[in-house]
Amino acid sequence: MQLYLPIAELSVNAFALLGLGGIVGILSGMFGVGGGFIITPLLFFMGIPPAVAVATGANLVVASSVSGVLAQLKRKAVDFRMGLVLLAGGLIGSAIGIWVFAWLTTLGQIDLFVQLSYVLFLGLVGAMMFKESLGALLRARKPGAPIRRAHVHYAVHKLPLKMKFRASGLYISVIPPMLAGASVGFLSAIMGVGGGFIMVPAMIYLLGMPTKVVVGTSLFQILFVTAFTTVMHAVTSQTVDMVLALLLIIGGVIGAQIGSKIGVKLRAEQLRILLALMVLAVCLRIALGLLLTPDELYSIAPGRLP
Amino acid sequence: MIRILLCLLALALPTSAQEAPNPTGETIVAGLSQNLIAITTNFTGSEILIYGAVRREQPIPGGAPLEVIATVQGPSGPLTVRRKERKFGIWMNTDAVTISRAPTFYAIASSAPLSEALSETENLRHEVTIPSAIRAVGISAEAEDAPVFLDALIRLRREQNNYVLSEKTVKLLESTLFRADVALPANLTEGEYRVRLFITRDGVVIDKHEEIISVNKDGLERWIYNLAHEQPLIYGLLSLLLAVAAGWGASAAFGLLRR
Repeated sequence: MQLYLPIAELSVNAFALLGLGGIVGILSGMFGVGGGFIITPLLFFMGIPPAVAVATGANLVVASSVSGVLAQLKRKAVDFRMGLVLLAGGLIGSAIGIWVFAWLTTLGQIDLFVQLSYVLFLGLVGAMMFKESLGALLRARKPGAPIRRAHVHYAVHKLPLKMKFRASGLYISVIPPMLAGASVGFLSAIMGVGGGFIMVPAMIYLLGMPTKVVVGTSLFQILFVTAFTTVMHAVTSQTVDMVLALLLIIGGVIGAQIGSKIGVKLRAEQLRILLALMVLAVCLRIALGLLLTPDELYSIAPGRLP
Repeated sequence: MIRILLCLLALALPTSAQEAPNPTGETIVAGLSQNLIAITTNFTGSEILIYGAVRREQPIPGGAPLEVIATVQGPSGPLTVRRKERKFGIWMNTDAVTISRAPTFYAIASSAPLSEALSETENLRHEVTIPSAIRAVGISAEAEDAPVFLDALIRLRREQNNYVLSEKTVKLLESTLFRADVALPANLTEGEYRVRLFITRDGVVIDKHEEIISVNKDGLERWIYNLAHEQPLIYGLLSLLLAVAAGWGASAAFGLLRR
């Protein structure tokens, strides 16, 4: 069934979009990632204009994270205090990101910047997670191996403005979570992602949060940052496509519920290794797009050069 | 008095010079299958039928055969064409050229190969072929090989069926009745589409005829589009509400299922 999208101004297959939303929803529920880093490039490939894909992607992430947060709340796996600190940083980052996005669009370098950001962040995070979770998996197999200390003091613990995060069992400065939140908010605006693939590892490795609250708290922060991003994109560039979003959302929310059930059944290390492999695969795909000679060297954009 | 007459003559001259030589008095009578195209939710493109006849006072003259050319032109606007180049090992946009005016859609149908049906001078005057419908003044200042960008624009748009040249597709009966079918793609831009018809003999335009088709979004599409552009904040919040409601609804529904 073909459907005409009012903002993207083209006709697409409705079932393809429902399926796409469903896959992203499953990932969202399993890993606590919004799935934006999969959906935005896929929307590009379907011929949706990048600006519409990014803004609508953010709207989709809102829906799948509401669904995800509710599932996590029932398990009491959300650290609200940490979530709010991350959110404060996130809103600042998102506002800067919206501005940079508009500026790079006029320069014609937004696609390159988005792709480079994907390659850089996905590559770094994927490699780090893969190495760590593989190590954890091997340690679990050998019971005699030394167990890492649960609590290590880094330079992070010497910063001022300390705060108690009871749900996470942490007493740390608010500066690192604020910065983490801001960079994720920035990426959310630029890449149309929730930023979970950055947030989850940052919480585990940088802030040292326990894995059980990481997924819920990251979803909580992502929910509000992407909500802000959606409204900002709608106001500044009118690029949120409601029809496109609705189709992806219907698929997405159903997928998210299925995904969170699968997530409970898998062990944390296995979950992380799967996520790492997926992140690396997307990274490789985008990197190849930048390195191989493209089929088409020319592109058309409406409007004049600045 | 003489001066005024001269002025009047000077004013009258250019118009009479523009009149095409039409000794046979052949004129076009034409119509369209639709003057209004509504883009609704299930819009997948549309087809317009341009039909008509050649009216003449005298019998069909001999000599060069009569040919018919039909063009459909969508709304025009400025465009930027960018080219990728390998820099530091990666492919990125480097050179760019601004095209001051190019139609979003352009289709030509003709009853004979265009080179036979229309002479070069007549093409320049009536802007019939695809390159002549694009205004690209001053692009040579922006890049050394500017024409390459123009070619790329036309090639890309032709690949997406936004620019269509279909020669020998206009059906012409007895040099009098004709019909042309033009397919409009699903990715139509809203606005006024100009339909032009030309009849030519020996490459010279004898008569032309113009019609307008309005392409508008309709129903839900219209409402969403208007809201997004006129009340962006409300639109953004509504999108958000939709997302939150869907997320919560699914969660609640699955909760019920589990019980």
